[in-house]
Amino acid sequence: MSANLEVTRRQFLKATALAGGGFMIGFRFGGEAVAAALDPNAWVKLDADGAVTLVCQRNEMGQDVHTSLTMLLAEELGVDPRRVKVVQAAANPVYVNNLLGAQITGGSTSVRDAWETLRRAGATTRVMLVNAAAAEWKVPASEIRAQDGELVHGARKVSFGAMAGAAARQPVPADVTLKAREQFAVIGKPLPRLDGADKARGKTVYGIDVVQPGMVHAALAACPVLGGKVASFDAAAAEKRSGVKKVVNIGEGVAVVADHYWTARKALGDVRIQWDEGPTARLDSAAIYAALDQAKDKPGAVVKQAGDTAAAFAKGAPVEARYTLQMLAHATLEPQNCVARVSADGVDVWMGTQFPQGAQGVAAEVGGVKPEQVRIHPQFIGGGFGRRLDLDLVAQTVAIAKAMPGTPVKLIWSREDDMTHDFYRPPSLHLMRGVVEQGRIAALSTKMISPSITARMFPGFVKDGLEPFMTEGTANLTYDIPNLDLRSVIQEVGVRVGYWRSVSNALNAFAIESFIDELANASGTDPVALRLAMLDKMPRQRAVIERVARDSGYRAKAGNGRAFGIASMECYGTHVAMVAEVSGGADKVKLEKLSVCADIGLAVHPDQVVAQLEGGAVTGLINTLRSKIKVKDGRVVQTNFHDFRLPRMSDVPPIAVTVLESGGAPGGIGEVGVPLVAPAVANAVFALTGKRIRSLPLEDGGVTFA
Amino acid sequence: MTKLTLNGKAITVDAPSDTPLLWVLRDHLNMTGTKFGCGAALCGACTVHLDGVPTRSCVTPVSAVESRKVTTIEGLSGKVGAAVQRAWDKMQVPQCGYCQSGQVMAATALLAKNPKPTDAQISEAMDGNICRCGTYRRIRSAIHDAAKQLERSA
Repeated sequence: MSANLEVTRRQFLKATALAGGGFMIGFRFGGEAVAAALDPNAWVKLDADGAVTLVCQRNEMGQDVHTSLTMLLAEELGVDPRRVKVVQAAANPVYVNNLLGAQITGGSTSVRDAWETLRRAGATTRVMLVNAAAAEWKVPASEIRAQDGELVHGARKVSFGAMAGAAARQPVPADVTLKAREQFAVIGKPLPRLDGADKARGKTVYGIDVVQPGMVHAALAACPVLGGKVASFDAAAAEKRSGVKKVVNIGEGVAVVADHYWTARKALGDVRIQWDEGPTARLDSAAIYAALDQAKDKPGAVVKQAGDTAAAFAKGAPVEARYTLQMLAHATLEPQNCVARVSADGVDVWMGTQFPQGAQGVAAEVGGVKPEQVRIHPQFIGGGFGRRLDLDLVAQTVAIAKAMPGTPVKLIWSREDDMTHDFYRPPSLHLMRGVVEQGRIAALSTKMISPSITARMFPGFVKDGLEPFMTEGTANLTYDIPNLDLRSVIQEVGVRVGYWRSVSNALNAFAIESFIDELANASGTDPVALRLAMLDKMPRQRAVIERVARDSGYRAKAGNGRAFGIASMECYGTHVAMVAEVSGGADKVKLEKLSVCADIGLAVHPDQVVAQLEGGAVTGLINTLRSKIKVKDGRVVQTNFHDFRLPRMSDVPPIAVTVLESGGAPGGIGEVGVPLVAPAVANAVFALTGKRIRSLPLEDGGVTFA
Repeated sequence: MTKLTLNGKAITVDAPSDTPLLWVLRDHLNMTGTKFGCGAALCGACTVHLDGVPTRSCVTPVSAVESRKVTTIEGLSGKVGAAVQRAWDKMQVPQCGYCQSGQVMAATALLAKNPKPTDAQISEAMDGNICRCGTYRRIRSAIHDAAKQLERSA
């Protein structure tokens, strides 16, 4: 994985140098081949017939990149975004996400990264079209307007398409002026999702729906213990079944390839496999948390430090607490799948992936070809949430397809495969200490202990024990606290862990925002007032707290079987606060309402900002209510949706969303709704019942939700 | 060989009789609008109408639909289905969209039987359909909206 990333990063650097600040233009326009089509910078394609295409550099997984990114382009290009065709970009260094350093969709970065790039792409294209028209019409460029896909001068009009060929021969402008906010005609305006209607009609093609000529189907029996291997197997009975083409040992499991998926799935049951279960064959959840606990005296890496916590604790009477979070599966509704064909001219891969560039590297490595011989065909993603950053399906499918040269092979995991062979959200332990003086937190120390995802996927980014994705939620602490000591400890526990929507923001926010509530209660301070008192230097953070407290009807002591809990943070460049309202009593708690206020700076596609906060809140409920992954005898216990219990319609209360836009550029939004649900609900449960629950899911801490 | 009526057309399918209807649709007939989610009737992504009743095609062997009428998302028609899809557009329901075929089929079956469902009846009818993106609030609003459309056109 690391090796592959290095390769792709080198490619990126090479491409950047080649482009020399001129995007891909030199590359695209270098030859004489471009005559009729204008393809100025790899993102926008204008055809002579007037079709406008956005090559979308990020992968659509529900977070609305197809529409939001189209809006950025359309705003500057001067076209109706509804007339833009969106195609998914292949793996190419030009599409590297500058906020992440690779062609990755994640980290709530897509709009933030594209904000300049795609507006500039649109403006560059527009200027070249206008200049071409000016030359042809012999009028000043300043007198020509580009609007609704047409170039207009007085009574004269011509479509972009008709001018595309001439525009392609225009010099690329060195710089372009972008519209000011008050001039926006597309950004910030209502627009239906470009992919919405198809999705309501079953027309969208996801990776699992890909059909290729001559395609065969594979099912895989992977070792039930993660990291285990095939010791030996007997496929004689399976091979005799009608429709079975081949049985392939890929090391981590045995695959049956057949004419139809159901044939492959059934024949798999006839394969007898002896496993070498490897070193984690006895692992269980108790051992995992014991490993975290044993690391509690390690000093760890300092994330943030100020003042002198030891002195402040010695002076006062500190409150101490420990918090733990559960492991979680991603459980994307589209089970993991991939289609691959290994042929003489390279490898083709069709899949929904958040990391096309990584997929290219892995397919090359497993296929035994150069990365440039791998063609990635990214598809719509039926749920990512971080799961589709991992590339295990590419490796498995290419390995199987190698045994069937020239034949496209589709591998589909069962739900049980998916649940038991995920890269799980890391288990974590948080040791907290704090003291309040005169209505403010005088000192706070935290130590987060958890296995590292980044050490597995991008080890070069872990330096001196600091893991950039473990410090999320602490490094961005908003509160002004004079004495601070925030640390993290990487402790491996024998399970593979992966990025799960909002990553460590959710882990640290549960611990920190619950603990601040504890400090408020211990010192008899109102939880909202305590937070506001520490935010003099963060007016946007204050504003979201004040707004959500007001809109939700928050009261510290509501009474009459009602209670509220609040939590707040900054993440992904967005300020957010959430209030949970609950009712009932100690025996049964009803979640009445979630209210969220987020200051996103600037909303490109406002309705979908709301949608992401709503959906993010429901994802937060996964982590809050009852979902968990347990390990026993080296195996994941949960296998399907009966025991990995996701929120259903009746679990989801009204979610009131307020969006503020007090910045000059968009903040992230895809993950912002997730982290605060657990602490807001836990704080509300405490206000209602007096019971402080310090572990997730809350149901395991003795709350039953109605 | 199984004979059935699929989206109004009589067809014959040559698939082993224990093959789930889901895989007959997806693999044998290349109709991929119906989705595989769990294989165990736990998530609703594979919902089709069997003689008008919402049915989990992932656990329905093709032999069980002999001589019966199957409607998939591709064949959804009629005023209830149209109202539901219009409401889905209006409320901007889908995110990743993977569950939405099943949600639309379940919602249509609900409204065909109960044109003006209460919140509790909506929850009861839709609780079998998981939306991993969490579009539940908009699904609920869309069902109410479709009910209003149907009331107006009645």
